[in-house]
Amino acid sequence: MPEATAGAPTTATPTPTGGGGAVLEVRDLVVNYGAVRALHGVSLSVARGEIVTLIGCNGAGKSTTLRTISGLLRPVSGSVRFEGEPLAKVPAHEIVRRGVVQCPEGRGVFANLTVDENLELGAYTRNDDHAADRERALTLFPRLRERLRQNAGTLSGGEQQMLAMARALLARPKLLLLDEPSLGLAPQIVQTIFSIIREINASGTTILLVEQNAHMALTVAHRAYVLEVGRIAMEGPAATLAASDEVRKAYLGIG
Amino acid sequence: MDQFLQAIQNSITTGSLYALIALGYTMVYGILKFINFSHSDVVVIGALFSTVLALTLLEKLGLQQAPWWLGGVVLAGAMALCATVSFLVERLAYRPLRQAPRLNCLITAIGVSLFLQNTGNQKFLFGTQPRKIPALVPDAEPLFMIGKVPFRLIDFIIVGTAVVLMVALDRLVFKSAMGRAMRAVSFDHKTASLMGINVDRVISMTFVLGACLAAAGGFLYALRYQTVTQPADTTWALLGLKAFVSAVVGGIGNIRGAVLGALIIASIENFGAAYLFSGLTDAYVFAVLIGMLLLRPGGILGSAAVEKV
Repeated sequence: MPEATAGAPTTATPTPTGGGGAVLEVRDLVVNYGAVRALHGVSLSVARGEIVTLIGCNGAGKSTTLRTISGLLRPVSGSVRFEGEPLAKVPAHEIVRRGVVQCPEGRGVFANLTVDENLELGAYTRNDDHAADRERALTLFPRLRERLRQNAGTLSGGEQQMLAMARALLARPKLLLLDEPSLGLAPQIVQTIFSIIREINASGTTILLVEQNAHMALTVAHRAYVLEVGRIAMEGPAATLAASDEVRKAYLGIG
Repeated sequence: MDQFLQAIQNSITTGSLYALIALGYTMVYGILKFINFSHSDVVVIGALFSTVLALTLLEKLGLQQAPWWLGGVVLAGAMALCATVSFLVERLAYRPLRQAPRLNCLITAIGVSLFLQNTGNQKFLFGTQPRKIPALVPDAEPLFMIGKVPFRLIDFIIVGTAVVLMVALDRLVFKSAMGRAMRAVSFDHKTASLMGINVDRVISMTFVLGACLAAAGGFLYALRYQTVTQPADTTWALLGLKAFVSAVVGGIGNIRGAVLGALIIASIENFGAAYLFSGLTDAYVFAVLIGMLLLRPGGILGSAAVEKV
């Protein structure tokens, strides 16, 4: 897909909309989860440099969407394109190599491995030297540096989330898929996590963020989609959605 | 004293054999969470193919006495064949069942086991007659005696080979990128694939590694006991079962546990034979298994029965 040049050099902070062409293009995605139809034709796109959030209630199909993009689930119909290439037949581990890296929901860390080994696994696909990225990840999450030798299973929930994100960064993602990074975390830690999400994005990583915490998600994101029982109900700039009555009532608990 | 020393010696030697075989059970369980019942048949292939290969090589080379390197060649050959067989079994029989319930895998494993036994029994393969492996190491005289207990070269070779292979495996699993990937897959297949790990390839690798150790187990077994019976013989089933029990006692899925379990099971067998009724050695082993399952089902080094959901 040709880059739509909006005059922004790659080093500049991306503008909320249309900083580049769509890196991720999801079209009419229909996915079954077990015997249940989880997605009924979801379409969304993410442009280079954006933070796009996908908000919705439990069971709306947010995680299913991410799993399908990552190749863990296969769609019944519809397509996922990354940098113009269809991902339908690409195995999950190969999708990671192409730069689409998912930070899975909840306890997605390898509890039986040390923090250090978890980080090394993040860099599994890379043959180049990743010491600098490791350093950067540990600077973002200083708590992990103190716990490198510990088994990941002994970390607190917040630390596990940090580890999962640090690990995903070591894969040097072009597109980072974050699945509910705030799930089950104390409010202060949620603040930290979200400010780090901003930092990661500011350094050039495109992010697709799935969240139940609509308030936080709409604060950091440039654009947003609202998913309701497997369909996109609303979409638009995050600020616009945050101001709309439906979203305020249904997801922000205001009004 | 002699009796005690002899029991110790036997425990270490048979324990090494059990450990080599137990590792294959425990590695596959660790990664796929099912018992690969055809693993003992890979041991048989290792033992029988070693025998046939040793005989053929001696004949082709026109030698009476085996040169020192022949054992290494035979072992490498057995490993290559066992690895191939195991790779194919996984690829053709187990991989199509990756999403199926574990019971299906278990039943398939029993089917594969029967298939390997009965194919191996065919005339054009190993046949049903017992075979005798030629002496690949000079073993007429013991190296030295302590009291009345002979120390034979073959025992040192068995223990030495087993230790080298097990240390190599331990390094591989705990220090290499491949080993990290194996442990990641054993924790969770999907999360592992999100790291860019090719899960199928890691599983194949696990079967190949297990088969190489099984081949070594079979080869060393043949060297020690010399007579190698037909593939469907119950000796093999019992050997496989004891290795499996070792893996369970040590904590199934735990690599170091398998080695520990093997030494324990071998000790129970040999000390039971030396100091209790020698006719009941198998019963002691299974009594320990039952006790372990009742008191500590996760095994000695295993995690206490946590079922991941």
